[in-house]
Amino acid sequence: MITKVRTHPSQNEALLFERSSPGKNAYQLPDLDVPPVDAAAALGAENVRAAIDGFPEVSEVEAIRHFTRLSTWNYAIDHGMYPLGSCTMKYNPRVNELVARTEGLAWAHPYQPEALAQGCMETMARLERILAEITGMDAVTLQPSAGAHGELTGILLIRALLEKRGDPRKKILVPDSAHGTNPATAAIAGYAVENIPSNAAGLLDVSALERIVTKDVAALMVTNPNTLGVFEENIVQAAEILHAKGAMLYMDGANMNALVGIARPGDFGVDALHLNLHKTFSTPHGGGGPGAGPVAVKKALEPFLPVPRLKRTGRKWAWDYNRKRSIGRVRAFYGNFGVLVRALAYILAHGGPGLRNATVDAVLNANYIRKRLEPYFDLPYSSPSMHEVVFSDARQQPCGVRTGDIAKRLIDYGFHPYTVSFPLIVHGALMIEPTETEGILELDAFIDAMISIAKEAETDPQLVKNAPYTTRTSRVDEVTAARKPVLRWKPS
Amino acid sequence: MYPENFRYTKEHEWVLVEGAAGTVGITDHAQEELGDIVYVDLPKVGARVERGKSLGSVESVKAVSDIYSPVGGEITEVNEALANAPETLNRDPHGAGWLVKLRLTAPAEVQDLMTAEDYQKYVEAEK
Amino acid sequence: MMDACGIDSPEALFAHLPEAVRIERPLDLPAGISEYEIVEYFRQRAAENGIGYASFLGAGVYRHFRPVLVDAVVSRGEFLTSYTPYQAEISQGTLTAIFEFQTMICQLTGMDVANASMYDGSTALPEAVLMAARVTGKRRALVAKSVHPEYRETLRTYARNAGLQVEEFDYAPEAGTIDLDDLDRKMDASTAAVVVQSPNFFGIVDQVKAAGEIAHRAGALLILISTEAVSLGILEPQPEADIVAGELQSFAISPSYGGPFAGIIATREKFMRQMPGRLVGQTTDSRGNRAFCLTLSTREQHIRRERATSNICTNQALIALMATVFMTVYGKQGLRELAEQNLAKAHYLAGRLKPRFGAGFFNEFAVRLEGRTPEEANKALLKKKIIGGLPLGRFYPELADSMLLCATEMSSRADMDAMAEVLS
Repeated sequence: MITKVRTHPSQNEALLFERSSPGKNAYQLPDLDVPPVDAAAALGAENVRAAIDGFPEVSEVEAIRHFTRLSTWNYAIDHGMYPLGSCTMKYNPRVNELVARTEGLAWAHPYQPEALAQGCMETMARLERILAEITGMDAVTLQPSAGAHGELTGILLIRALLEKRGDPRKKILVPDSAHGTNPATAAIAGYAVENIPSNAAGLLDVSALERIVTKDVAALMVTNPNTLGVFEENIVQAAEILHAKGAMLYMDGANMNALVGIARPGDFGVDALHLNLHKTFSTPHGGGGPGAGPVAVKKALEPFLPVPRLKRTGRKWAWDYNRKRSIGRVRAFYGNFGVLVRALAYILAHGGPGLRNATVDAVLNANYIRKRLEPYFDLPYSSPSMHEVVFSDARQQPCGVRTGDIAKRLIDYGFHPYTVSFPLIVHGALMIEPTETEGILELDAFIDAMISIAKEAETDPQLVKNAPYTTRTSRVDEVTAARKPVLRWKPS
Repeated sequence: MYPENFRYTKEHEWVLVEGAAGTVGITDHAQEELGDIVYVDLPKVGARVERGKSLGSVESVKAVSDIYSPVGGEITEVNEALANAPETLNRDPHGAGWLVKLRLTAPAEVQDLMTAEDYQKYVEAEK
Repeated sequence: MMDACGIDSPEALFAHLPEAVRIERPLDLPAGISEYEIVEYFRQRAAENGIGYASFLGAGVYRHFRPVLVDAVVSRGEFLTSYTPYQAEISQGTLTAIFEFQTMICQLTGMDVANASMYDGSTALPEAVLMAARVTGKRRALVAKSVHPEYRETLRTYARNAGLQVEEFDYAPEAGTIDLDDLDRKMDASTAAVVVQSPNFFGIVDQVKAAGEIAHRAGALLILISTEAVSLGILEPQPEADIVAGELQSFAISPSYGGPFAGIIATREKFMRQMPGRLVGQTTDSRGNRAFCLTLSTREQHIRRERATSNICTNQALIALMATVFMTVYGKQGLRELAEQNLAKAHYLAGRLKPRFGAGFFNEFAVRLEGRTPEEANKALLKKKIIGGLPLGRFYPELADSMLLCATEMSSRADMDAMAEVLS
């Protein structure tokens, strides 16, 4: 029985352009206190545009109603749990939003004189220190704008060190369970990608690794816990194998929510890793970003970090551009500062003990879900789960119901779907990560919903296969969207 | 179901050889596995392809599959109709859904490809 | 819950971790603090930044009014705390807004298709160059020296490892526009793209058309960089551009010490499948209603993995939403008026000083100082609580006697008069 949601009357709202009419506007500018300038005279007539054809013309009331109505068509963490594996959709604390908007921080210009930017620089320096402590690494760069950006930075750092040693090497090893950004990143960094299969327990196969690591291998990119939510128990041995052959270990830190305060990548042989501040450190996803992907490294990689670096001179911070071995910049300015502020606020709020508690709760929540759903869903790997659990649709398949269908039916129960069909090593995967945010009420509601759907799959598979029924749109036609792409509005 | 005069590869491509000319496509099994096809990426006329190497790809909404050429040769014609109607590949993979025509460098290459009967068995075993 | 899991204590959940990896000591971090203490912590950091200064800095990050509606919309939990819209049925809010965003970027730039955002302008540039390389099959890029220096640095980092050759061409020292002869000399048939910025780093409206002709004659694409989005309200879109890559920070995105911002890539329909980044497309649902969804996903990393057009996953969706609300609030008339105000303000200030370059400019211009260095002038300005322009010697040694000044609708006449007094 669906208890969490009722059908909500959803307003019909056209596109901005369909609501526009000439002369309506929502802006106010002060009068000019200087003489106006003729654009054609100043810029050359050929450089001055005619009116912006089709651009919106709506009133302020229409504008706020438009976006408010649109917002009611979204699901969000503020509504309920997102069981998305490897996304760590935890609560986005509102105090983070407030502090990021503090005027002196929000309006700081990156080229402001350093004497007038000490507050920003102290914020960044503090976060660097804290992230180094959490990861057990020696130095941190806050420049990368997202996880994938951090991955690229990390791999470029490794390449730079190997180049200095005489040979950048040719290949990066990527487990077959890896997130798609890993091989994509390796390719952009100029490396060939070689897949390394997982063993029967879904873990890194160290004997395969021993065979595959040659002088041509620059690094292994590993996620730990892996994308099954299982801790790579052979990680120390893997690091030793790599280091013995002069290769390095890169860790995708997407699953750090299982490790903070419990284990530190620097202690188990990782040379470089990135963190996803929009996952582990609570900065909001905002419909797809922004994020931030700081990279933490061991001493050997420190000289190559992106420029500039923060350095202390007397009692002040300064930006050090004199870094001869740096890989250069991976973006303009210093990083997604506004996201860094939010992450630091989260860390300050929790403190050391609080961060550890969050990890413990996250792992407990995932294991609770695992125990309660095990009787109903196939568990392909029996290894202990950390912060996420991966089931498969093997038991529902004979009824013709697949993971994608179960996910859509879950929407009717008031939840966002879990991660569907990933990792690729599990056929028909259901990847579930509750995070520490969820209390027993929400977890039980989720579990009850999943059990109910498992029963529906047997008694009424068509009900599941044609879900969802209670949303603004039913299943959308992705095929036509790809065959005949319409990527913008045009006047008819 | 699988035309007798075609030859088949393990990667589910077919080739029809007529003298020194060949026509290449993907099999009905392949299109079924892919689901609704949304886009086909084909080489240009004049391009040279090698046996076993990718000559393009087929896309569904959620997957991309390389098309491996069963034979070596030079592309003489490309099925332009697929650009506007990729669904043809789902509907008629052995006929109107042909992908490319080639001038074969070594027509005898097809001898070691599977016959229709062998391919039928191969597909059944895979299931 | 622990009963259900069959454990006595939550620590049991970690018992399977190898001894060697577990940390036995607590993290060396202070205990958690209250909400009020957090607010106070950042208030103090803000105070250390200096408050109440007028500023004439531009150089890729611009001070513009942020309409109040922007934060009202993006603070809604339904937008702020939602996930990437992979599940279309419960993400129509985000998807519709992105579709509107893509449309407005096309309208502003004159392009056929725009993506849902890149990290920022500086990373949109290498993505655009890589795209041009895919389209043309060539590996060389010619970049104007008047493109933002930090954007060029970012391009070099990406290019080095992607097997791309990047070379630069000069600007004309009198006019401040690109040196077309230098471009022509350096052009060759192995060039994938010519990269030009307009308004360029010096604020000057550049010779995009002429650059495009040179590029196209040699079989290269023209990439146009835009860092001051407000200029799109008044500058004619460039039909010669094959790809527009740029920065939307001017559209209600706080300067925030350099990020988060929102980059864009917009292009012609024929290059659509080579674009990086997410794309939202229009479709119907099973009941025939209009709906939106992510599309052409096979370009992206989660499907094509090592052969993806880019490794980008998380982008800047919420920031792009800020820009969308900004564009809605200003609208067709407002964006034009805003641009005209910027033009008026900067030209007023320039009238009281003497621009170093001769060509037409939008809201930024360079000034050569006599008798003292830009750094010395800025010191004097700081005493009046004015942050002066960017000393250009930082990036262009040949311009060490000059600074780059920016005036926007936020610059008051009084501050500009004070600035002019100090500088002349």
